[in-house]
Amino acid sequence: MRGLLLVGTLIALIPLLLVIYYLLHKGLGALSGSFFSSDPNGNFFGDPGGTRSAIFGTLEIVGLATLISVPIGIGVALYLTEYGRDSRFGNAIRYFVDVMTGVPSIVFGLFIYISLVLGHVGGSGFAGWKGSIALALLMLPIVTRSAEVVLLLVPDSLREAALALGAPRWRVVMRVVLPTATPGLVTGSLLAVARGMGETAPLLFTTAGAFALTGSLNAQMNALPLQIYNDILSPRSVVIQRAWGAALTLVALVLILNLIARLVSRRSRMA
Amino acid sequence: MQVGLTALAVAILALLAYFFIRLIGQSEKAFSQFGLSFIFGNDWDVARNIYHGAALLVGTLITSAIALLIGVPIAIATALYLTELCPRRARAPLGILVDLLAAVPSVVYGLWGVFVLIPKLLPAEKWFASTFSFIPWIGGGTPVGPNYFIAGLILAIMILPIVSAISREVIATVPPENKEAALALGATRWEMIRMAVLPYARPGITGGAMLGLGRALGETIAVVLVIGNAPVIGHHLFSQGYSLAAVIANEFGEAANTPIHSSALFAAGLVLFVLTLIVNIIARWFVARGNRKHGGTGTAAATEAPAAAAPAAAAGEAA
Repeated sequence: MRGLLLVGTLIALIPLLLVIYYLLHKGLGALSGSFFSSDPNGNFFGDPGGTRSAIFGTLEIVGLATLISVPIGIGVALYLTEYGRDSRFGNAIRYFVDVMTGVPSIVFGLFIYISLVLGHVGGSGFAGWKGSIALALLMLPIVTRSAEVVLLLVPDSLREAALALGAPRWRVVMRVVLPTATPGLVTGSLLAVARGMGETAPLLFTTAGAFALTGSLNAQMNALPLQIYNDILSPRSVVIQRAWGAALTLVALVLILNLIARLVSRRSRMA
Repeated sequence: MQVGLTALAVAILALLAYFFIRLIGQSEKAFSQFGLSFIFGNDWDVARNIYHGAALLVGTLITSAIALLIGVPIAIATALYLTELCPRRARAPLGILVDLLAAVPSVVYGLWGVFVLIPKLLPAEKWFASTFSFIPWIGGGTPVGPNYFIAGLILAIMILPIVSAISREVIATVPPENKEAALALGATRWEMIRMAVLPYARPGITGGAMLGLGRALGETIAVVLVIGNAPVIGHHLFSQGYSLAAVIANEFGEAANTPIHSSALFAAGLVLFVLTLIVNIIARWFVARGNRKHGGTGTAAATEAPAAAAPAAAAGEAA
């Protein structure tokens, strides 16, 4: 029986090893100077270009999504731990945040498409910032749930000591609770960022993809997952090789974020 | 500050409600034209503008069922091995590796599925279909490259880390006294797992499997690349199909100029949303019940995916 369970565990690891093997095997060859320094051009013949706009697009879109989702997510978590710990309303919020984690990412894309893209909000249809909002909706519950757990680990005696010294509640939160919980909050946020970075479906309906590099979040934008998705559908082998290279880049980014998240949490005494 | 944070929480609820109502509004056209046959009729024909989506719903359910059948037993085996049998020193690294499965983006699984899994597995599928041709639905037929099975297999890989992590979380809450009591009565390791660990952890594991199901139902990009995108109900395991999420991603571009087509896609999104909502609510109920039965272990234990319970423990994933 022991053997059976071990076999099950090993089977579970096979896909990871295979995916990493093929990413390195097929993706490393695609990486070159021009892979990172040129934009995809969409030509049917000749050099298909690199992935510069996709990499920068991902960083811009996910960056904005992080700026939106992390403060709001931690804010909701603060409400849950500091004010609504046992209240009925707090439990309702907690429940809906849980439910949000189960909403398929494509549905968040549809939400944003219907409410922001169709109405050309902000003067353009598809736009980078709309993708950021879709990703932020997806990341928000992840940030909130992980932040809540970390905030609950802050000992009540610390809060009480600060309150006993006459500090108002908000000051206790800002000066005692948040600093104590920072490493855990960073870890949870980084994991949410890693998750948002790999999502394709919400971007499909919101930023729609592009070839050229753009710094304007109000324009259509390229992103790594979008480019991989489009490249897979191409009949050209050079383009498919670029997809492997882009996939390797994306997985590397996600794994680095995961690694940093782990290192941060290891350094914290509390968690 | 309290007022501000409360307002924030309320605003998020209001925003979700607003999105939901808008989605219903956009799907209304399709539902009023096709009625219930949008869900139960089997005729999805873009050229004739007829959208009866039974094939999509069936495809979603079949692929998710395959994912559960393959993924859940392996996930539970992994969880049991990691919590009960694994040498202490190997525990953390193995756990991290399983969690990393969740960190791989779905588009990368799709890429791998299209260019590695499909061509490599096709001979094996052909052999399987002809050898077991006497089993209805599994045998017979000629396997084609992209099919239900490949989609289900990739979904199994994608839900494995979630189910495994929640199971691990739940199994870790089994009181040592229960296990020691079983061992003291002369139970073997395996009997102890069967008599003390599994009954105790069953509701939590069930909830974890259902959260995995919710994930499988809504997965889009990995599925659209490997399911074949044929709007028919496939007659066997290795035939092409379609899924609710896949149809939205695949036909979204061409539908933009046909109001009834895009409304049908929004309706598919609405069906998908409601389906995952129901599955998730049942899953939460199971997990919460498992917790309460055992006197509750606080919010931190198993009411939520493990990434929340121990941010460091689960990689890139919060179910």
